Amino acid sequence: MTLTEAVTTAGSRGTRAPKADRRPMTFRRWMRKYAVGIIAILVSIVVFIVPFVFVVLQAAKDPREAGLVQFSLPTEWRLWENFVDVVSANDYNFLLAMLNSIVLTVASVAIMVVFAAMVGYVLQRKRSKLNAYINFLVLAALIVPPAVLPTIWVPQGVGLFKTLPGLILVEATFGLAFCILLFRAFVATIPKELDEAAIIDGAGPIRLFFGVVLPLLKPVIVTVVVVQAVAVFSNFQNPLYFLPGSDTPTVQLPLYNYQSQTVSQFNLLFMYVLLVTIPPLIMYIFFNRQIVAGMTSGAVKG
Amino acid sequence: MTTAVAPTGAAPPATRTSKTPKGRKGMKSVYPSWFYIPAAVLFLIFFAVPTFSSFYFSLTRWTLFDVQFIGLDNFIQFFQEPQLVTAFTNTFIYGFVTSAAKVVLGLALALLLTGPILGRGYLRGVIFFPVLVSTIGIGFTFKALLDPFHGIVNNVLGFLNLPQPGWYTDPGLALLTVAAVDVWKGVGIATLIFMAGIVAIPHEYFEAARMDGAGAWSVFRNITLPLVQPATATVIILSLIGGLRSFDLIWAITKGGPGFTSDVIASVIYKQYQAGFFGLSTAGNVILFVVVIAVMVPVSIFLNRKQDEL
Repeated sequence: MTLTEAVTTAGSRGTRAPKADRRPMTFRRWMRKYAVGIIAILVSIVVFIVPFVFVVLQAAKDPREAGLVQFSLPTEWRLWENFVDVVSANDYNFLLAMLNSIVLTVASVAIMVVFAAMVGYVLQRKRSKLNAYINFLVLAALIVPPAVLPTIWVPQGVGLFKTLPGLILVEATFGLAFCILLFRAFVATIPKELDEAAIIDGAGPIRLFFGVVLPLLKPVIVTVVVVQAVAVFSNFQNPLYFLPGSDTPTVQLPLYNYQSQTVSQFNLLFMYVLLVTIPPLIMYIFFNRQIVAGMTSGAVKG
Repeated sequence: MTTAVAPTGAAPPATRTSKTPKGRKGMKSVYPSWFYIPAAVLFLIFFAVPTFSSFYFSLTRWTLFDVQFIGLDNFIQFFQEPQLVTAFTNTFIYGFVTSAAKVVLGLALALLLTGPILGRGYLRGVIFFPVLVSTIGIGFTFKALLDPFHGIVNNVLGFLNLPQPGWYTDPGLALLTVAAVDVWKGVGIATLIFMAGIVAIPHEYFEAARMDGAGAWSVFRNITLPLVQPATATVIILSLIGGLRSFDLIWAITKGGPGFTSDVIASVIYKQYQAGFFGLSTAGNVILFVVVIAVMVPVSIFLNRKQDEL
């Protein structure tokens, strides 16, 4: 499955520098490296840095200035005051929302990793007539857009509608197919001899999977965790459908409501955007090193 | 001992026949089928049942408590109201525009970032960063940046005496503006996948081509492009899947407006749900289902065939 190979290896190979080029530095090549590089950096500043600087500037302004949505320095830097305002608004509702979002992300990604790894592992290892059907279902689940309202109807029947556990299960289900494809592709690179050795040493099927195979899946687990955690954390549509009302909001819903409730408080809106960006950023920085470490250890290369 | 527990299906036939029934049972359970069950239960409850029941509910007038069968009325209504037809065509436009742009830009950036270039690490980081930011947050940011009167983009354009379009207030432009922001946010992933694809191409091919005197364009056309095809297929498929069902960004920037000019099927589904027309909303879902299948099946077949030709 080439689709998954490209994604599985994206994090690892993408970070590895290509082989050093030992050809002499000609004028053309010098031009390519520095002139193109400088142009690229300038363009990147305009295209990517300016929007983020804008968010920071907006988050530091007072409400009146921020309402003008102009790209200008604030006359008075109010980063801390705005931060306190956002966090303490509605009885520290922000903290609750952040906690909910983190619980939602951690729980649903944990379910995805374990369940999808189990499926991907058996699907790759075991030859069975069922495989063709399961592969088809996985692809179908990846492609088919979920039918939202009937999906509300099901958790409503079992009392999980408008609850965090309900949303956790829904998010986990929607992410499963993609994870299964990644795991199946990666399990193929783990030599079967390892399984045999573990069985000879007396491991049962459960110890074999959770004790031997799962730890070896670490690099692809990192990929799955990064991709899915960012997707779940920043998803707006699913909380919108499955957590209507404000009993247990996730961070994306109040962010959206900030726009309608407090039109004159653009400064707080952008402070909120800034704060909501921090958890995915921390996770990315943290796992980015793990990706490299997991790859260079070489334990998994078959 | 070792022969009795050799678990692989690839074991030679001789040992297979010598196995006792007990040994065979042990061999089977090495990869237990019940490993499918947890995922299958979730899949069944939260995906398969809703998907199949959506076909029924799309034929009803439905309020979550009360269901009344009305046949194909919802679909007839969907295709009779011009705003819903706009949403239908917009879905295709949005999906294809974002997907094509991500392929072209992602490949170009990946070529740039796998070659020798100043500030490579910085550029990689900065291009990937938007992927981490909340979609709603990005929507609001660009809504402010592209503000027709005060936004920095139009201020700069005005300073240069260029026309200042109403990026998301002009009915003809709103959808494409949202699509452009979508590309801005998503191009980092496309670039990452392409970089993985390019780095995976054996270096000898490039060296051999250069020995034969191939120019930069010729190397790209005859080596990089064909050999990076798996990555291209991945980017096309993933961005089409995402683009056809896109909702968050459109909702944050235009809410389908001005009027209904930037509505897509996903936003219509939500609007009808808000208005209480659950049957019509679910019909929208079934239409989205058909659209996605109608686009994805031929595209994947085409991409797979291209891969086989290599």
